[in-house]
Amino acid sequence: MIARRLFSSDRRIAVTIATLLAAAVIVPVLNLAVPAESAFHVPSYVVALAGKYLCYALLALALDLVWGYCGILSLGHGAFFALGGYAMGMYLMRQIGARGVYGNPDLPDFMVFLNWKELPWYWLGFDHFWFAALMVMAVPGLLAFVFGWFAFRSRVTGVYLSIITQAMTYALLLAFFRNDMGFGGNNGLTDFKDILGFSVQASETRSALFAASAVALALGVLVTWLVVGSKYGKLLMAVRDAESRTRFLGWRAENVKLFAFTLSAMMAGIAGAFYVPQVGIINPGEFDPANSIEVVIWTAVGGRGTIVGPIVGAIAVNAAKSWFTGALPELWLFALGGLFIASTLFLPRGIVGLWDRWQQMRATRAVPAEGKAAARTEPQPAE
Amino acid sequence: MSMSGTILYLDGVSVAFDGFRAINDLSLVLDRGEMRAIIGPNGAGKTTMMDIVTGKTRPDSGEVFFDGQIDLTRHDEAEIAMMGIGRKFQKPTVFENHTVEDNLLLSLKGQRSIFPALFYRSSAADRRRIDDILGVIRLGARRNEPAAGLSHGQKQWLEIGMLLAQDPKLLLVDEPVAGMTDAETFETARLLKDIAETHSVIVVEHDMHFVRELGVKVTCLHEGSVLSEGTLDFVSSDERVVEVYLGR
Amino acid sequence: MQFVRGLVLAIAVICASLPSLAHADEAGLRALLTRLATTTNFQETESVVRDLAATGEPAVERILSALADGNLYVRKSDQGVFTGKEDGQTLSLSDPLDGTAAGTAAKADIVKVKVNNALRRTIRDVMGGLTLGSADPTVRLSAASTMLKRPDKTALPALDAAIAGETDATVKAALAQARAAAVLVSDLGEAEKRAAIAVLANRGDSDALAQLTAFQAASTGALAETAARSVAQIETSMAAWQVAQNVWYGISLGSVLLLAAIGLAITFGVMGVINMAHGEMVMLGAYTTFVVQQAIRAFAPDLFDWSLAIALPAAFLVAGGVGLAIERGMIRFLYGRPLETLLATWGVSLILQQAVRTIFGPTNQEVGAPSWMAGAFQLGQLTITWSRLWIVLFCLAVFLLLVFIMKRTSWGLRMRAVTQNRRMAASMGIRTPWVDAFTFALGSGIAGIAGVALSQIDNVSPNFGQGYIIDSFMVVVFGGVGNLWGTFIGAMTLGVLNKFLEPYAGAVLGKILVLVLIILFIQKRPRGLFALKGRAVEA
Repeated sequence: MIARRLFSSDRRIAVTIATLLAAAVIVPVLNLAVPAESAFHVPSYVVALAGKYLCYALLALALDLVWGYCGILSLGHGAFFALGGYAMGMYLMRQIGARGVYGNPDLPDFMVFLNWKELPWYWLGFDHFWFAALMVMAVPGLLAFVFGWFAFRSRVTGVYLSIITQAMTYALLLAFFRNDMGFGGNNGLTDFKDILGFSVQASETRSALFAASAVALALGVLVTWLVVGSKYGKLLMAVRDAESRTRFLGWRAENVKLFAFTLSAMMAGIAGAFYVPQVGIINPGEFDPANSIEVVIWTAVGGRGTIVGPIVGAIAVNAAKSWFTGALPELWLFALGGLFIASTLFLPRGIVGLWDRWQQMRATRAVPAEGKAAARTEPQPAE
Repeated sequence: MSMSGTILYLDGVSVAFDGFRAINDLSLVLDRGEMRAIIGPNGAGKTTMMDIVTGKTRPDSGEVFFDGQIDLTRHDEAEIAMMGIGRKFQKPTVFENHTVEDNLLLSLKGQRSIFPALFYRSSAADRRRIDDILGVIRLGARRNEPAAGLSHGQKQWLEIGMLLAQDPKLLLVDEPVAGMTDAETFETARLLKDIAETHSVIVVEHDMHFVRELGVKVTCLHEGSVLSEGTLDFVSSDERVVEVYLGR
Repeated sequence: MQFVRGLVLAIAVICASLPSLAHADEAGLRALLTRLATTTNFQETESVVRDLAATGEPAVERILSALADGNLYVRKSDQGVFTGKEDGQTLSLSDPLDGTAAGTAAKADIVKVKVNNALRRTIRDVMGGLTLGSADPTVRLSAASTMLKRPDKTALPALDAAIAGETDATVKAALAQARAAAVLVSDLGEAEKRAAIAVLANRGDSDALAQLTAFQAASTGALAETAARSVAQIETSMAAWQVAQNVWYGISLGSVLLLAAIGLAITFGVMGVINMAHGEMVMLGAYTTFVVQQAIRAFAPDLFDWSLAIALPAAFLVAGGVGLAIERGMIRFLYGRPLETLLATWGVSLILQQAVRTIFGPTNQEVGAPSWMAGAFQLGQLTITWSRLWIVLFCLAVFLLLVFIMKRTSWGLRMRAVTQNRRMAASMGIRTPWVDAFTFALGSGIAGIAGVALSQIDNVSPNFGQGYIIDSFMVVVFGGVGNLWGTFIGAMTLGVLNKFLEPYAGAVLGKILVLVLIILFIQKRPRGLFALKGRAVEA
């Protein structure tokens, strides 16, 4: 029976990865090769929107790794996302070269505007894509490592941890609003021209970015699945459910958490890096604590502690948001607020949990005895 | 009193929480290979003593030595566990969402680093060890079921199994038979006596039949210090023990 | 030049003491005014200004201030000079000397007498002398302080005369200080100057410091040393006042933080849940104040000074009622799941924000201040606004009331029992669900009355609460739960720390530093400054 559950969970992962890879091929084809008048044509704005959703899904998956599997409710994952985005944005800024408004070949427009004479040291290296790509993972990873090292070692848990992660992203929000930080202040980084030599405006590039996001998400799913399925993954959930027990067994719970937190931050950074060229801007608003909390609700709605859940949740909630802000902008916050309440009160395991229960009920009706044995207890994540 | 030859050596240990002295000048010595039963009323400091030995609580004063020379007050829970002190909690604490087998897998003696755990492949030796323990704790048939589905007594046994998997030098066992049937209690006593053949054990228990079954030296704690120590007959005839604990 | 100014002052003083003389010279003034109409450049205007001042007429003050404000006009048709007040496309004119109305004129028919900054400065300087003789003591006081800032040795006789004639002690002291500044730039002897240094040292503010520093730089020998000593003395005392000011600002900010955080601390302490909608309770309090004031404006304008007193219980009931509804309708189902509670209350916060936005609109609402909260007073070198002082006092009152409730009432006893050991409290027969509901309503109600106070110092908008929520968390986390004094000390420490960091790091960086410090602090003391200890807490 366990084997069957494992198989079904594996099959679900396989289907998800296959779907993502198929989308990476089909959507660009429908956008580029199918003529605009055809019913199968996917307009470019839909490609960009879908690409954005996939980045959100990767961010939600990253959060799920720490929240769903390790019980760490991070209210600061938006910060890692934004840092990855800024790293990519810096590369894109350097690619503008002398094509900016001021035509300065050495400095981005905002620095010319602020009368800066030379590039700050922390901008060095961002001319190279490989360096930016490294920083996309390294900067959020390092921040998460340092932050987590302090926090987990002194056993800050539960709501305390949530609050200080929120304070972290709030502090970064304030910092990035400052002009003298050298990241464009209020306006952030924008007016990108091209990426790896291709224009960011071109349909071909947009399709390629969508495909890359889909592949990145597929990889994220695979990595998360491998990590969660390993002995370390079991340990991670053990820490979630009974942290002190793992300590008395000799495990260093802080290191267990630290690895997941850092890995998760790097995934969030990658999500941010794919997000920025597709939306064309990164500004301090991404650090807003409200954004980070919204990520939590995507994960909760989809079903935390599952791999498919956060992806379903991120896409569903954001699709709803797109529709609401177009059709009933007044009501969106009511809907979102209601979603927070309803999902915590009535859907503790999210859409995926609901689906599982429905499947189980069908199975119970078919084979009562087996269904009863398969009844799983609700996970009780430790606070 | 010489420390060498002792597995656990507590001398003059005190700890207070906001003025309440949970442990008050407690001294206790356990020889290598010895099994000791600890009894005492609620609030006598039994659990706090275990917290101190396992590094969860730091004593305000006093010495705590393990294996003759290791100062336990300088180490945290994980380090102490790795040195070879295992603990079973008063309330059975197992990983409810994991299968019985995975509970044991996570307890198996061995490396406790992240990356080996990430790339862990189960070995024949590990599988054999898990099979052995499952046999001892009689949960072989339920190895693939989540621990949450076990009965209270089975959880107690699983936790003892986890202790065995850890293979510590010293086991601290807090109320192992609470909520067990008489038959289970008897079985547990037998199991603990088996374990005591090769390990040092401290058992905290209220169940006097069980303590008698163990047939070992008994220490009675009261208000954070030792009230009486000796054979069960000696202790249970001690006036003060009768006064505070057993009742007339 | 200097002589002229001295003369002006002398005349001004004489005029002030002998008002009857003044009216004799109206014809002369009129002649000067017509000259003003024909000036072609600023130099000429300046010389007219000086001549006007030299007449020492009180009416000159009106002309000059109209000129400085750009309200002096020349009528093209007859070169008549008037003060004008803009009134749509036309101007209502009045006579610059006696202020009688002189009809209106179309804008095209008149020209403004042009002034530049240099001219304005001249006007200010000569008026400083003129106003020494004003009948209004506050005008005399400001004249004295102007003269302190720009000392002039030729003004000494005028100052001496003014001091002799002055009856108001404050003005007299200010005049003496102005005189001392003038002495320092004069050729008077060492003894006089030494005395002057002492007078200025006694004043001890930045103006005195500027004069003394200038004097120290210009002089040598023993006098320079005396001046240096006084400069050092003033600098020390000013540094002390600076510290006092930072502490006051810090206490003021700390009170705001405490008001915003204390309700949160109670709910967090007793129930172990974080109410993310707490900021919105503060917002509801602020909007209740707004509604109460609107009602008062509409039905009983006389009661406006009482509006805050009326709003307090109303805000407590509104916010407390909403809090009770949240607890009964939602939080009690999430007991034991603090993280889910956090998310659900965040949902509530979004809904409340949007509801208020839908009802009242997204813009800031005007919440008025009753008269007793307006203005400020001076304490040494500190300027203390009444509104801040009232908020500090109000905050202390609320705090002490809560301490009383917690320590002296049976509800407080039950709340403390639940804080320390929920299960034990329950088995002792305390109805923990009731305690939870009451606590949540109380915490929300306190947030509501905090909103009444904070509406006085912040813009009331739907996002009102969001500005306070993170700071409130920081206070609670820093102070530790289950202890009101911890919250108090936490709030005050953070407030003062913020204000001390601000001068060095700027407001934003200071705030970032405080956040980072708290994040580091919580590593050392994961449960805050004043944490409960023991097994029950860890379990």
